[in-house]
Amino acid sequence: MTESDAKKRKMIVLMLLALVLAVMGWIFLPIKSEKILCTVVLALSCGAVFFSNDTGRYVCKRILLALLTILIIAAITFFAMNAIPGGPFSKEKAPSAAVQAVLEERFHLNEPIGTQFRLYLEGLMQGNFGVSTKTGREIATTIFSSFAISAKLGGYAALCAVILGLILGSIAALNRGKLADRIIIFFTTLFVAVPSFIMATLLLLVFCLQLNWFPIFSTDNPSYVLPVIALMLSPMSYITRLTKTSMLDVLGQDYIRTARAKGVKQWKVIFKHALKNALIPVITYVGPMTAYILTGSMVVESVFTTGGLGTKFVQGISNRDYPMIMGTTIFLATLMVTMTLISDLVYKAVDPRIDFN
Amino acid sequence: MSEMPILQVKNLHTSFFTDAGEVRAVNGISYNLDRGKVLGIVGESGSGKSVSAYSVMQILTDTGRVTEGEILFNGDNILKYDDKQMAAFRGSKISIIFQDPMTSLNPVFTIGNQLREAIRIHTDRNKEEIQARALEMLQLVGVNEPEKRLKQYPHELSGGMRQRVMIAMALACEPDILIADEPTTALDVTIQAQILELMQDLQKKMGMAIIMITHDLGVIADMCDEIIVMYAGKVCERGTADEIFYNPRHEYTKGLIRSIPRLSEKHEKLVPIAGTPVDLLNLPKGCAFASRCDRAMKICLREHPEEIRVNENHIAACWANVLQMYEEEQGGTNA
Amino acid sequence: MADFDPNVNPQKRPFSLQLDLAQFEPATEEEKAQQETMRESTTFFKDGMRKLRRNPLAMGSIVVLLLLLVTIIVAPMIVPYGYSDMVTVNGKRDKSAKNLAPFQYSKMEQQAIDTGENIFPHIFGTDELCRDYFIRVVYGARVSLSVGFFASLIVLIIGLLYGSIAGYAGGRTDLIMMRIVDIIYSLPDTLMVILLSVVLDQILGQRLQGTILASIGTNMLSMFTVFGLLYWVGMARLVRGQILTIKNNEYVLAARAMGAKPRRIIRKHILPNCMSVIIISTALQIPSAIFTESFLSFIGLGVQAPMPSLGSLANAARAALQAYPYKMVFPAVGICLIVLSFNLLGDGLRDAFDPKLRK
Repeated sequence: MTESDAKKRKMIVLMLLALVLAVMGWIFLPIKSEKILCTVVLALSCGAVFFSNDTGRYVCKRILLALLTILIIAAITFFAMNAIPGGPFSKEKAPSAAVQAVLEERFHLNEPIGTQFRLYLEGLMQGNFGVSTKTGREIATTIFSSFAISAKLGGYAALCAVILGLILGSIAALNRGKLADRIIIFFTTLFVAVPSFIMATLLLLVFCLQLNWFPIFSTDNPSYVLPVIALMLSPMSYITRLTKTSMLDVLGQDYIRTARAKGVKQWKVIFKHALKNALIPVITYVGPMTAYILTGSMVVESVFTTGGLGTKFVQGISNRDYPMIMGTTIFLATLMVTMTLISDLVYKAVDPRIDFN
Repeated sequence: MSEMPILQVKNLHTSFFTDAGEVRAVNGISYNLDRGKVLGIVGESGSGKSVSAYSVMQILTDTGRVTEGEILFNGDNILKYDDKQMAAFRGSKISIIFQDPMTSLNPVFTIGNQLREAIRIHTDRNKEEIQARALEMLQLVGVNEPEKRLKQYPHELSGGMRQRVMIAMALACEPDILIADEPTTALDVTIQAQILELMQDLQKKMGMAIIMITHDLGVIADMCDEIIVMYAGKVCERGTADEIFYNPRHEYTKGLIRSIPRLSEKHEKLVPIAGTPVDLLNLPKGCAFASRCDRAMKICLREHPEEIRVNENHIAACWANVLQMYEEEQGGTNA
Repeated sequence: MADFDPNVNPQKRPFSLQLDLAQFEPATEEEKAQQETMRESTTFFKDGMRKLRRNPLAMGSIVVLLLLLVTIIVAPMIVPYGYSDMVTVNGKRDKSAKNLAPFQYSKMEQQAIDTGENIFPHIFGTDELCRDYFIRVVYGARVSLSVGFFASLIVLIIGLLYGSIAGYAGGRTDLIMMRIVDIIYSLPDTLMVILLSVVLDQILGQRLQGTILASIGTNMLSMFTVFGLLYWVGMARLVRGQILTIKNNEYVLAARAMGAKPRRIIRKHILPNCMSVIIISTALQIPSAIFTESFLSFIGLGVQAPMPSLGSLANAARAALQAYPYKMVFPAVGICLIVLSFNLLGDGLRDAFDPKLRK
């Protein structure tokens, strides 16, 4: 043993902070290449400082893998889009040959595809996602301005899903076979089976249009309640079922018996000894949940017309606005990969049994 | 009759209510445990020895329930305790250590956290005193580098070390009774001896009574003052260790003794007990052991034998004893 | 030595009274054998089936799914309307049969009925293009179910092959194969489905015209492609994990020691043993594919019109949600019922057959 575990975990927390800072910088700082490079270098140098031990090596490895994944996604997106027959300008009213040449020159379409990809990546690094073929606006501006709404919506939904899921799951596990358990499991089973756009539509129809309990979403008067409910029900149900299963599993373990035999009070057995163990599988779900919420928000936002990133993406698809689809795909994928990375690292930090080799 | 026994178990019945039906794990056992003595409970898997101990601690799983009988601690029936009284009772008056030290410690908390918790619950010491007591306990059970161990997680310790930690945790509040539920079964043979020695040593120092549960008669031979042999939730035989070893009066006990390997008798074959344990869902009418017993008689299949006092220090529940006594008596009158 | 409490324990009793010595004769082996309460021995499969039969939710799901299956096979034979054709009366297209409520007749139909003709009722009404809605929902369920089924089949085949090869080969082959899986696994699947649907729609769009595949629609083809490219990794991981555990069992070692060929070992020894886990996972894959399809339909990448799917029907119904809410209800209930049934059936199968859950 070279390092104690407490120290190991402190390092992971530090690393996480650096990572989150880097990602925040990536997303929110005024877009300049130096700043982005700066944050990436910061994250990696943080890793390099701890490279001498297992934890640091593991964290660095995971960050590099995540960067690689993002690169692969960018490549797939770029080449897939380029495989579509006809350039981005050939579909519209055919411009004159001279205009076409100028446009191609400006967007480097006359270069070989490898160079185009390199240029595109360079653009991405500087927060330049290109220009929408439909609106002619900077895609980066559209993404970052509309993402604020989506982030708020998704953040609330994730938070509610986790908190309610943990509570309901614990209640179900502790009342196994009783009425409370049956009711919770009945509804969660039902919610998992309802596609989010149907859920969103039904909520809109009943509570907004029929009962008038909530106003229709508008930028001046944003009402997040219904979209958040529509978005969170499914992940909440999943977390509830996950928590119930893992709680039941944990409650049957020997160390719970030990805690009871020590004279620990029942509620403390559950909230201290059982919950921390039961949390571990839930943490691994955070990554998939982010993906679910981000894709789900496309649907929910379209139904409630929130004007968030989801709405813009769906519009981009129906308009066949390829640069917009590309940019949003890469942006969302980066977000998902980052969240998966964070949940994996937190998982390792919470469970001391994992070794870092 | 001198002093009152510290623990009296009277006609204890414990069942598990499962989907398949009522599993009758313990079917009316009674025993007394005197202050500072060691009681051994021996039996194979499923004989109800652990369940009887868990009943005393009230740490049965959800489906398990004591259906009949009394458990008196210093004359108090602990089955009448409410949750709060029971929580205060566990760990301070009676402690338990379990079979598998690998799974008995919570993997996500440090050793120190778990040890300090055990002390904190039952005392009003301040932080430093608790820490000092935790260190003292680890030293007492022979854990090397105790300061470092307190900061480690269970998975970083070996099985023997973990069992020592379990013992430290159990004894931290100086309980009157320590229940050891197969404390050495999951350990290597060399470690087994160390742990047993440690327990004997601690018993001398701290003077608690021990209930030693095991399936291995050999393990507890020279440790116990009294031994109970259990089969299918019932007591087969009980008496002093010497009586059980040198004068067994139940076929099952004899079988157990025959199956202990001995170094001294080189060429003797080990004799296993044939057959499989009974189905606790449908207990047979007569003696539960009858179908595996070489000397089973017709009556054994019909009626369960009562516990018969064989001599001063020995009780057995076997029809063969009845027959033997009858024959002795007949012989006596005939002569 | 502990005192024996005389109140608890029986005292030594005299036996001067007569004992029924006949009772004390040795018992025969047969008598002893009767004592052993025999428990019925069951096979893994029988035991699982028994558990499944006793699970009312799983059995209910099977009944619901069977009923649905019968409906979507039989209904098109009975109902005299097509999913893409306008309602006709005596060969004339009935323009008045627009947005009819369930069991309502249009003016033309009403006239025909008055003249004594028999006209099949519009059970779910009609849509805005004067098409019978019931038959569209039935075809939608057909499409959704087949999408779910074929997508799961693709996942099953590729995942099974890949996973069993990686798991069986082990060593470097396994390492490389699983690295590939890891990379694919880390790609966000829904985004990739969207991307590929957009791209393949453009690439395949023209080339497919006139072929049989065109009727399936490029979007469905791209969805199958994506399932074939991406979704199999979960199955491959599962199969590999199963095989690794089973591979080192004694009976496989024994088979290998006797000279059995790898193919035979995989087929005879390994696959039957991980079958239950694979079937459960496939059963749960079907609702996930139906979900993906309905999601794609929503963002306009679903099946090719006029072919309906439950997702595209529900999506189309959103346009006139307040006026005709029932148009939303029928396909929505359809999706939920199918997904719920498969989920419950999958759970039931897992409870009954998963070796990990057995005690």
